[in-house]
Amino acid sequence: MPRAVLFYPMLFLALLCAPFSARAALEIQVIGGAANKIAVAMVPFQAAPGQPVPDLSQIAGDDLERSGQFRRVDLGGAARPVAPAQVDHAFWRGRGADAVVIGQVSALPGGRFEVRFYLMDVIKRTQLAAFAYTIPARQWRATAHQIADIVYEKLTGTPGAFSTRIAYVQKQGTRYELRVADADGHNPHTVVRSAEPVISPRFSPDGTRIAYVSFEDKKPVVYVQSLKDGRRTKVAAFKGSNSAPAWAPDGKRLAVVLTRDAGSQVYLINADGSGLVRITRSASIDTEPVFSPDGTTIYFTSDRGGSAQIYQMPASGGDARRVTFNGSYNVSPSISKDGRRLAYISRDEGRFRVVLHELSTGQTRVLTDSARDESPSFAPNGQVVLYATVQGGRGILGTVSLDGQTRARLSESGVDAREPAWGP
Amino acid sequence: MNKIFWPVLLALTVSACGTKGTTPAQVEDRTGTGTATTAPATGAASTGTSSDSVSGSALPGDATGVDPRKDPANVLSKRSVFFDFDSFVIKDEYSAMIQAHASYLNANRNARVILQGNADERGSREYNLALGQKRAEAVRRALSVLGVTESQMEAVSFGEEKLRKTGSTEEAHAENRRTDVVYGDE
Repeated sequence: MPRAVLFYPMLFLALLCAPFSARAALEIQVIGGAANKIAVAMVPFQAAPGQPVPDLSQIAGDDLERSGQFRRVDLGGAARPVAPAQVDHAFWRGRGADAVVIGQVSALPGGRFEVRFYLMDVIKRTQLAAFAYTIPARQWRATAHQIADIVYEKLTGTPGAFSTRIAYVQKQGTRYELRVADADGHNPHTVVRSAEPVISPRFSPDGTRIAYVSFEDKKPVVYVQSLKDGRRTKVAAFKGSNSAPAWAPDGKRLAVVLTRDAGSQVYLINADGSGLVRITRSASIDTEPVFSPDGTTIYFTSDRGGSAQIYQMPASGGDARRVTFNGSYNVSPSISKDGRRLAYISRDEGRFRVVLHELSTGQTRVLTDSARDESPSFAPNGQVVLYATVQGGRGILGTVSLDGQTRARLSESGVDAREPAWGP
Repeated sequence: MNKIFWPVLLALTVSACGTKGTTPAQVEDRTGTGTATTAPATGAASTGTSSDSVSGSALPGDATGVDPRKDPANVLSKRSVFFDFDSFVIKDEYSAMIQAHASYLNANRNARVILQGNADERGSREYNLALGQKRAEAVRRALSVLGVTESQMEAVSFGEEKLRKTGSTEEAHAENRRTDVVYGDE
């Protein structure tokens, strides 16, 4: 059961700087205690007149908290330093802080701002980072995410993933929109609008293109679309159904699932639609391919053993080996960037939940406590899983830390969100 | 469901302008509850709400020039094959319907059908797409065995993307586990 639920209505204010205005709310749920979390004091930066809201330290603090690896230190009654010399290390240490983030914002002519921020290690009494940015107001949130990335990397040793993007499909009435947004769900941009369903978006490895499945031709067809100019090509529109695109790490080829020769089978195809090669040959369902980060292995879902399970095979084709054994329904694999973990959806007593699977040991851990989870997707740094679920009859997006202890919800009111994918 | 309205509307639509957008398939087989709406003696056709009323619908109607595929009294107007949970076997109750479509396709080699498989909403969208494909393939194979050529047929899947019935009841799930037969000119 949740021990603490923190709700931040402040993000409603962020509407002011969202171009495709979206009523977004962010809810972070911390299930476990504070043990093993890095305690960071996010001191509000010295503000400048006319600066966007919320404060940079607020946005960066939410990022850090959502990762599950940080907790904020209570600032109540404390003096609020804005420069390194003002930081009282012993005081913050007494508050339980491991680190303190401080900064200043000053207004520049032309609506620009100068941002300075400092990360102080109050245990070692040293300065870990100091950066300055000159930004227009529209880069406010992006700057906060960069600050969070720096703090995250300095304190965990792992690069942050706060400046990355996600894609998802939003359904409103009978309208479908494929959207690309910041990793925290803000700044959504619609890249496809359709009266027919869109599913399975996947960013190219360099983030410049997006593959997806559209039903606009009255059947599933795989498209690849440029995120720069919106131009798109039909990559797979063969007889039958075309679906489940997955980029090879080199960005030149995709694995897709076609039914042109048999039931759903996995093929490789060049990103321009040429060079089709079939790589699975079964009389069963083979679908949801995903490449290992080194490109040598493909993980996929198959019912060849009598129930839906995840298998792996050489990307060049060949024998498949079963990966999942618990339960009768394990589907939708996502692999971490280091290739060490899978996240997938597992059915247990009628509930569909996100499971984390350590490939070296076969150990699994259920990360969520919901019932209708779908489409797990690792953050680029492998430390958080994005997924879709249903809450109050509505599709929402959520993130969960690898220990399952911190869950956050990214959602807009009144619309259905589904099919999330995390991009670079 | 209005028993009189639809047949009349369809008759008017069909006689006035031949094939038009609205397919009788949308009228048919909505409930799947097994309550057959039988035709009263007045000749107003059955709306055949149940798939298992198939054997009762004989083949009148097309003498008047009405497209037999759109004649609610004709078995060809039946377009949905429903499947049991986790099953891809076509039940016996659909054999007359499938036979009728095969005969029509064999007699009209220019006619084409799209077999649209569907799945209920539980679980992965892509996996459900594959399940819907299996249901579409089951109907395609059945028609193939009866002599329909491959070039006349395309089996595709909508997975869980085009739920005919929403909700998480078993009734809704059953309604969504189906293959629809849609002609190319519809």
